[in-house]
Amino acid sequence: MSKPKIGFYWCASCGGCEEAIVDLNEAVLDVVAAVDIVFWPCAMDFKKSDVEAMADKEITAIFINGAIRSSEQFEMAELLRKKSQFVISFGSCSHEGGIPGLANLYKKEDLLSTVYSTAFSTINPNYTLPQTQTKVPEGIATLPELWETVKSLDQVIDVDYFLPGCPPPVKLVVDAVTALLSGNLPPKGAVLAPDKALCDDCTRKATKPEKLQHKRFYRPSEILIDPEKCLLAQGLLCLGPVTRMGCDWACINGNMPCTGCMGPTSRVRDYGAKALSAMASVIDLNDEEEIQKSMDSIVDPVGTFYRYSLATSQLHSAIHTNGGK
Amino acid sequence: MSNSQSKPSDFTPRIVAFFCNWCTYTASDLAGTARMTYAPNARIIRVMCSGRIDPQFVMAAYRNGADGVLIGGCHPGDCHYQEGNYKCLRRITLLKRMLSQLGIESERLRLEWISASEGDRVQRVVNEMTMQIKALGPLKLNIPQPEHSHAVPTQSHTPKSKEVVS
Repeated sequence: MSKPKIGFYWCASCGGCEEAIVDLNEAVLDVVAAVDIVFWPCAMDFKKSDVEAMADKEITAIFINGAIRSSEQFEMAELLRKKSQFVISFGSCSHEGGIPGLANLYKKEDLLSTVYSTAFSTINPNYTLPQTQTKVPEGIATLPELWETVKSLDQVIDVDYFLPGCPPPVKLVVDAVTALLSGNLPPKGAVLAPDKALCDDCTRKATKPEKLQHKRFYRPSEILIDPEKCLLAQGLLCLGPVTRMGCDWACINGNMPCTGCMGPTSRVRDYGAKALSAMASVIDLNDEEEIQKSMDSIVDPVGTFYRYSLATSQLHSAIHTNGGK
Repeated sequence: MSNSQSKPSDFTPRIVAFFCNWCTYTASDLAGTARMTYAPNARIIRVMCSGRIDPQFVMAAYRNGADGVLIGGCHPGDCHYQEGNYKCLRRITLLKRMLSQLGIESERLRLEWISASEGDRVQRVVNEMTMQIKALGPLKLNIPQPEHSHAVPTQSHTPKSKEVVS
């Protein structure tokens, strides 16, 4: 009997998700014993034509990481959708747009001008920009088109399951693969992680006071962080109250506050707005001027609260047509 | 109703107004019984307290076609639940900062303290806000096509007027 076929693909991502697969360590041998890896451009030599040659639904499961922001990524996502029974959105970028999604704060032309002209390390006096088509002696050379905004995977193709995290924790990956192989699957569209907030079972929960009250917030570089005490109680912007658990408190155990890579629980519709609400409520001031001053301690609200989820937020991107900044 | 008209003079702003049950909603009732006339652009939603207004409500209002959001609560010190209006003030202060990063003008989110006896203030604030948003024009979001649409590569990443919920 032939083994089930699985594949991995990357779009707008950093490669950290591929690391998460490598982090399976010896467990990867069990995976390879149980399945055939038929596509993994990052690690093995497969071409697009190999996928095109497959029958529809021939791949049992494809794990796609990274956001979608170019015509090429979209084309590959659509192709892999056609050839696979299950599409698993792998990691924060694919799930919610991730860090690349913060590009949605800017216009495409501004991004291009920063990268190809005004950046500190760029010398490009003729302002040469990548073109989708260029005439060369051999014919026409093509490049993918960069989209106006960054999208999550499920904003462009039908997705069966989501594995959240930056990168997804090894335990969740193993559980997901096991579930896929055994056919013991949750309902379509499920996020394959516990549906509880990170704080619920936090190792530092006992040190969280009944009522959190602060005059301002601190960045990790501004204070000496107590390794035992609740990070919110220390005035750090720890997003545990609004973030899904499943990461085994990796950052908390590293003495750093949660930045929200696991995304929201199922009850939240706009992660950033909910996170903002939770953090603003901690400020124990009533005077308008003092509140304004204390909010100065949150230097970059969008980057803090929508760090991984701007592309899937209610607004999707910043608005430029109304003359906003 | 579409808010994508190009000429500002044709534009009818849509304002979603969250009024607290104890003060501002009662004030709007008073404005009604006193037969004060004011711009019909505000759709009033009664909540028990301005402290109940989740910033997600404001985002959902913009997403679903609001050009502005007005929040009315009790004056500082007068909250029926002691400190709900202060919670609202903290959240809205931070939300305004985040919205400015997202290119949404500060006039599109307004927080006002209006007591139960200030019907005339409801009239003035709604009129004022309607005028201001009329001058700004419609809020045009850039929202991707509904999920899984195969029209995505050619259409959804070009700016378009936001979806309209009837």
